[in-house]
Amino acid sequence: MMKGPKKWRLFALMTALLVFLSGCGREEISTLIPAGKVAQDQFNLLILSSIVMLFVIVVVTIIYVLAIVKFRRSKVGEDMIPEQVEGSARLEFIWTAIPIVLLLILAVPTVYSTFDLADVTAMDAQDEDGAAENLTVNVTGKLYWWEFEYPEQEIRTAQELVVPTDERVYFNLIAADVKHSFWIPSVGGKLDVNPENVNTFYLEFDKESSELEEGVYFGKCAELCGPSHALMDFKVKTLNREDFDAWVAAMQEEQAAPTDTVAQEGQQIFEQSCIACHATNAAGAATGVGPNLATFGDRTTIAGFMEHDEETLKNWIADPQQYKPGNLMPNPEEINNGEPFSDQELDALAAYLMGLKVEE
Amino acid sequence: MSSNSQKKGFGATIWDYLTTVDHKKIAILYLISGGFFFLVGGVEAMMIRIQLMKAGNDFLSAGTYNEVLTMHGTTMIFLAAMPILLAFMNAVSPLQIGARDVAFPFLNSLGFWLFFFGGIFLNLSWFLGGAPDAGWTNYASLALASEGHGIDFYSLGLTISGFGTLIAGINFLVTIINMRAPGMTYMRMPLFTWTTFVASALILLAFPPLTVGIFFMVFDRLFGANFFDVTMGGNTIIWEHFFWIFGHPEVYILILPAFGIFSEIFAIFSRKRLFGYTALVFATILIGFYGFMVWAHHMFTVGLGPTANAVFALATMIIAVPTGIKIFNWLLTIWGGNISFTVPMIYAVAFIPSFVAGGVTGVMQAIAPLDYQLHDSYFIVAHFHYVIVGGVVLAILAGTHLYWPKMFGTMLSEKLGKWTFWFFFIGFHLTFFIQHFLGLMGMPRRVYTFGADQGWDLFNAISSAGALLMAIGVIILLVNVVMTVVKGERVGNDPWGDGRTLEWAIPSPPPFYNFAQTPLVRGLDPYWIEKMEGNKEGMVYAEPLGDIHMPNGSFIPFVISLGMFIAAFGAMYHTDGHAWALPVLIGGLAITFGSMLVRSLKDDLGFHVTKEELIADNERIQREARALEGGKKGGLK
Repeated sequence: MMKGPKKWRLFALMTALLVFLSGCGREEISTLIPAGKVAQDQFNLLILSSIVMLFVIVVVTIIYVLAIVKFRRSKVGEDMIPEQVEGSARLEFIWTAIPIVLLLILAVPTVYSTFDLADVTAMDAQDEDGAAENLTVNVTGKLYWWEFEYPEQEIRTAQELVVPTDERVYFNLIAADVKHSFWIPSVGGKLDVNPENVNTFYLEFDKESSELEEGVYFGKCAELCGPSHALMDFKVKTLNREDFDAWVAAMQEEQAAPTDTVAQEGQQIFEQSCIACHATNAAGAATGVGPNLATFGDRTTIAGFMEHDEETLKNWIADPQQYKPGNLMPNPEEINNGEPFSDQELDALAAYLMGLKVEE
Repeated sequence: MSSNSQKKGFGATIWDYLTTVDHKKIAILYLISGGFFFLVGGVEAMMIRIQLMKAGNDFLSAGTYNEVLTMHGTTMIFLAAMPILLAFMNAVSPLQIGARDVAFPFLNSLGFWLFFFGGIFLNLSWFLGGAPDAGWTNYASLALASEGHGIDFYSLGLTISGFGTLIAGINFLVTIINMRAPGMTYMRMPLFTWTTFVASALILLAFPPLTVGIFFMVFDRLFGANFFDVTMGGNTIIWEHFFWIFGHPEVYILILPAFGIFSEIFAIFSRKRLFGYTALVFATILIGFYGFMVWAHHMFTVGLGPTANAVFALATMIIAVPTGIKIFNWLLTIWGGNISFTVPMIYAVAFIPSFVAGGVTGVMQAIAPLDYQLHDSYFIVAHFHYVIVGGVVLAILAGTHLYWPKMFGTMLSEKLGKWTFWFFFIGFHLTFFIQHFLGLMGMPRRVYTFGADQGWDLFNAISSAGALLMAIGVIILLVNVVMTVVKGERVGNDPWGDGRTLEWAIPSPPPFYNFAQTPLVRGLDPYWIEKMEGNKEGMVYAEPLGDIHMPNGSFIPFVISLGMFIAAFGAMYHTDGHAWALPVLIGGLAITFGSMLVRSLKDDLGFHVTKEELIADNERIQREARALEGGKKGGLK
C-alpha cells in the first residue's frame, strides 16, 4: 500500500504532461480557442469556474492527504481506539458558508450571461427603408445534412454556412425530421434543433476562415439523430462584409451553363436523375428534398465530411449508403432506369458538379 | 425448514432460490443478476472503446454502434448499478435496523423477478432483430423514427423492470419506517440505512414519471397514438421533461446508497464514529429533495429560454453545498482515526478525489451558458462517468468486498482485491480524465466515428487503453470471486474486526431468521457500544427467546413476472399482424392475473420457528464459532 499515493501522483503528472503537449485541439473546432464573442464569453466562464473549482480541489486535497498520511494504522498503533468525536457545529457552518460564497461568485456571471446570450431582440430591427439591420440565417437540420436559408437575401445553400465577420448573425433553427443540435464549437455553444419549434440565438465570428489551416470552421450535429449522426458535419466559411456581399450577389445570379462537353453531358444526366431533389440555383425560395448544390464546386467537403475531389464524389454518387449509412439519397438504380451509373456517366456528373460555383 | 445449513441437492437449491422470500437470498439473486448485467454492459463499453480507438475505425457499423451505446447506458443504469445496490440494501438494511426480514417478503421476491424478466426481455432484443438505438435517454423524435422493435424492447422491458424497482422502493420505505428494533430511532439509524430510506423515497416519486413517459411511448409506437408525433400536434420536448424528471433523481437513487456504503466504510476502517452524523443525514435528505428541482439542467440547450435556464442553473448549484458537507464530514471522520487500508477502505479513500473531480465538473455544467459548450460533448461523458464510476461503481466494488463475508460467510482475497483496485482505478482515470479535454476540443458524444482531421486521435487512443485496464481489473475480481467460493473458508460474526452496526453482531451469513432475539439498541453504532462496554455477546436483547413467525417461500412472484414477460412479446408482435400475438398477450396477462388471484384467495399464514429449534440452532452456531476460533487465531487484521 505504501506505493499507492506515489503512483497516483506520477499518473497525474503524466496526464497533465500529455494534455500540455497536445495543446488545445484544432483551431477549426476547439472550444479552447474561441473565435467569437459567444465562445469567448463561454471560455471566460470556463476559466473562472475552473479557478474556483481548483481552489475547492486544493483544499480537499490538503485535508485528504494529511488525513491519510497522519492517521494510518501503522503510525497510530494497532490497538489505538480513537476518540469518538460527534462533530462540530462551527466546522459545519464553515463548510456550508464558504461553498455558498463560491457559488455566488459563479452565480452572478451565470445569470448575466444566460440572459445576454439569449438576447435576440435586435433580430427584427429594421432600418428606415424597412430592410433588416442584421443578418438572419434560417437553419434546417435534416437527416444528415444542413440547409441554410438567407431569407432577406432570398438565397439558399447547404452544408457550408457562409457568414460575415465582426457582426452579430442571428439564427433560426428547426428540424425537418428528428431532433438535431447546431454546434460550431470554436464560435459558440450549441442550440438544439427541435422538430416542433423554432429556436433562436446569435453568434459572432471574429476571424476570416481563410486564415485557418483548413479554410473553414467545423460545425457538428450534437444530438444523436440516427446511424450517421457522427457524419452530420457542416463547415463554416467566414468572410469580411465586403466579400460576403459579393458572395451574396453571386449567389443571387442564375448558374452559368457549363462550357466543356463532359460537363454538359453531366448536366443532362443530372437533369434526368438528380434535379428532382437537388436545386442548382441558390436564388429563390424553393427548397429541395436534397441539399442545394449551387456552390458545390466551392465547397471543401463532399457530404459534409469527405475529401473534396472527383474520385470521392463518384464513389459517393455510386453508393451513398456505404459512406453515410441511413441517409436518404437514392442509389443510382432507383433514379437511373434501374441501372447503376456507368463510369462515363459518373465522370460526366462529377465534372458538372465540380463546375457548380459562385466564387471565382 | 428450521435450519439453513443442511446440504441440499443442486435442484433443490435452485428451487429454493426461485421461491425464496428471504431478503438475504434475494440479495444474492440481485447481486448475481446485477453482476451478470454489469459484465454485459462492460463488454458493450469495451466495444465502444475499441471502435473509437482510432480515427475512421470500422470495428462496428454506424447502426450497431448506436445499439451498443444505447444498451451500454441502459444496462449499466437499470440492470447493473441499481440491482447491485438493491442487493446491498436487501442484504444489509434489515440487519442494520434489527429486523427479521423486510416488511413485505413476497413483494420483495416479486420485485426481483420483475426486474429480472424485464432485463432479460430488453437484452433479448440483440437476438430478435436489433437492440434499441436511440440512446438510454430515448429522445422521442428519434425513438419514433427508429425502425424494427428495438425501442419496443426498451419501453416494455423498462416498464416491467421499473415495476420491480418501484415495488422494492416501497418495500424498503415501509420496512425502515415500521420494522426498526426497539431503541433504533431515526437518528440512530446507520447511514447506509438512511440512504436506502431516502433513495427509496426517490424511487417512489421518480419512477412514475418514467412509467408515464414510457406508456406514452408504447402507445405511440404500438397503438398509433400521437403524444410525441410532431406532425400530428404532439410534442417531443414532453418526453425530455418526463425522462429527466425521472432521470435526475435516478442518479441520486444511485449515488445516495453509494454514499451510504462509503459512510459505513469510513467509520469502520477509521475505528471512529461518523463525524457530523446529523449533518450527513440532513445532507442526504437535502440532496434527495433538491434532486427533484433540477431536471431541466439536462435541457439547457433545448431552448427553454433564459429565465428557466437561469433558475435551473442556480438550483443546480445549490446541490453542491450538501454534497460538500458530506465530503468534509467524511474527511473529518478519518481525521484523527486509526485507518486500516483494507480493500473496502482503499476504494473509499479513492472515491473522495474521484468524486470531487466529478462534482466540480458538475458545478461547471450548472453554469448554463458554459453548458451550451459542454452539453452533449465528451465533457459530459467524462463528468457522468466520474460520478457514476468514481462514485457508484467504486461503492459497488467496495461494498462487494465489505459485505461479501456477511452475505456468503467467506472473505474475498485482499491481495487480489488490491490488484483489481489498482487496475480499475488507474484505468478509470486514464479512460475518462482525458475525455474532458476531448469534449472541450469539440468532440460530440455518441459519435460512432471521427475523422483524422479533427485532432482527437491521441486522446481517444489513451482513453481506449484505460478501458482495457478497467477490464483487466474486473477480470481479476471474477477470479477472486471464483477462488473465494472454491476455498470456502468460513469467517465469524465480525470479520473486519471493527464492525459498528448490528449486522456485524450476528453470524456470517446470518441464520434465516436473522436475530433469534430482537436486539435492544442503545445508541448510534449499537454493536460498537456493546463491544466497548465489554459485552462478549455483542448485543442486549429487547425480548425473551420465543417462537418466531416466518413467511413461507412462494413460486408465485416468479409466475406473475413470467406472465408479464410473455405478454410483452404478444403486445410487441401484435403490431406486425401475427395471428399468434394477441393470444400470447392475453395468455401472458391471464398468467399474471391468475397467479395474483391464487395469491389472494389461498391463505398462506407462514410458519413458526419454535423456541426449541432456536436453542438447537444457537448451539450449532456456537459450536461452529468455536471451531472457527480454534482453526485460526484472531481473524482478519
